[in-house]
Amino acid sequence: MKKLLLATAFAALGTGAALADPVRIATEGAYEPYNFIDDKGELAGFEIVLGNELCKRAELECVWVKNDWDSIIPNLQSGNYDAIMAGMSITPERREKIAFSENYTQPSPSAYAALSPDTPTDSGVIAAQVGTIQAAHVAASGAQLLEFATPDETIAAVRNGQAVAVMADKDYLLSVVGDGLDIVGEDVLLGEGIGIGLRQSDTELKGKFDAAIQSMKADGTLNALITEWFQEEGIPF
Amino acid sequence: MFEFCAEPKTLEGLAWLSCYLTTPKHMEFYFSFLTVLSLLAVAAPAALAFGFGGAMAARSHHAPVRWFGNIYTAMVRGVPDIVFFLFFVIALDQGIEWLTHQIRCPDWTQPIRQGLEFRVCPAAKVPPNNASHFAHQVYAFALAVLTFAIVFGAFAANVLKGAMDAVPRAQIETAEAYGMTQGQAFRRILVPQMWTYALPGLSNLWLILIKATPLLFLLGIQDIVYWARELGASKSARFDYPHPDWRLWYFLGLLIFYLLLTRLSEIVLARLSRRFSHGQATRAGEKMRRAAA
Repeated sequence: MKKLLLATAFAALGTGAALADPVRIATEGAYEPYNFIDDKGELAGFEIVLGNELCKRAELECVWVKNDWDSIIPNLQSGNYDAIMAGMSITPERREKIAFSENYTQPSPSAYAALSPDTPTDSGVIAAQVGTIQAAHVAASGAQLLEFATPDETIAAVRNGQAVAVMADKDYLLSVVGDGLDIVGEDVLLGEGIGIGLRQSDTELKGKFDAAIQSMKADGTLNALITEWFQEEGIPF
Repeated sequence: MFEFCAEPKTLEGLAWLSCYLTTPKHMEFYFSFLTVLSLLAVAAPAALAFGFGGAMAARSHHAPVRWFGNIYTAMVRGVPDIVFFLFFVIALDQGIEWLTHQIRCPDWTQPIRQGLEFRVCPAAKVPPNNASHFAHQVYAFALAVLTFAIVFGAFAANVLKGAMDAVPRAQIETAEAYGMTQGQAFRRILVPQMWTYALPGLSNLWLILIKATPLLFLLGIQDIVYWARELGASKSARFDYPHPDWRLWYFLGLLIFYLLLTRLSEIVLARLSRRFSHGQATRAGEKMRRAAA
């Protein structure tokens, strides 16, 4: 009898483990060095390494999903995946729709890049990726906002003269400057840092990710990762 | 791919190019051509089937069936494709999950709609959360085929309805005079003769379908346009094969692919058209009869 009970207990445990669904994390795969597709065709970048480590610490099984930036929030709400790690800054507007974990980067400096060093940043046509904090900032700054679906197109727009400057995260701009394109003007601090986007009802998952981020902040591994991926541009905690 | 590709940064010229064009990422690009072709291969017959059903419904003698056929063609044709592809797929996905939720989790007490969120019980997720990446891809592909079939089926329905109406009434009357039932006359006389009238319209639809495949990217499937954009984007020194913005070259490649595909279709369609005109009381059929005589 005892054996039978034990066996059923094990069986129950077994099915319990099998039913623990993997956490699906969505990313864009087009925002170097946060997330991009490497030459092997696989996802790589700061957030991929960080996400895998967070899942290990939170004892979650995680799967990465590539999703278009435009539909990344609706698909989270629709339950097609459970979390977003796509360089998404925490903003009050986004907080109305989804919840965020604790931030895993400092409020990152945004910057302008242009082909000539004396380009004004408060007038003329300025490119930014649609739905980003930089796009909101440009729209409020008095310059004319020209939006594009991907970060790469915003750079191309400056190079071919559609826009006089582009505004984006400084980390991203630093990875694409060169060939005449350079940072202009002052850095602007926007947002509250980047966090993991979660459904507002998923408080349990948020708790697990928050704890994992805190533990990585406490033992210095997060800072080490930031230095590894952003070199001297990274701002440690 | 090749052994000499181990150190990409040391390569130059042709060796560099041959390594660059055979990276696993490029393999996914080449594979996406197959995705597009298989979508066409599956979606076109499916759309034709939807169209046939829609045309038969719209010509039905039963009023409710006729209304259904007319509403289907009018509604789908009236909605812009891009709206349909964005809205309908999420709605279809949620509809399927809502149904499985009702069947599998009858005791679930929480509301499914919570503000902006759509939450069904974990067992009702389609495909299940722990399904493989491949299963998710197949599901997305199936949704895409269904959406394409519904949209293009509505256009095909109207083309086929017009073609069925164009078959001379005298042909059907003769069939009835020979004692055929309505079904027999439809199968043996009407359907074989209508294709010659339907083909120009259907060939238009086929060419539009070929050009509409980039809409796949809206449905979360990485098609050739997605990969061309991703591979062509400028690559920093972080990558094994850094290069400036090469999207122009990739899109030129796509242009050639689409032109070849449409040219090939035109050749096949011209042959079909000759075949269907044979023995018809149409201008093309008459011309063929005179040439033979």
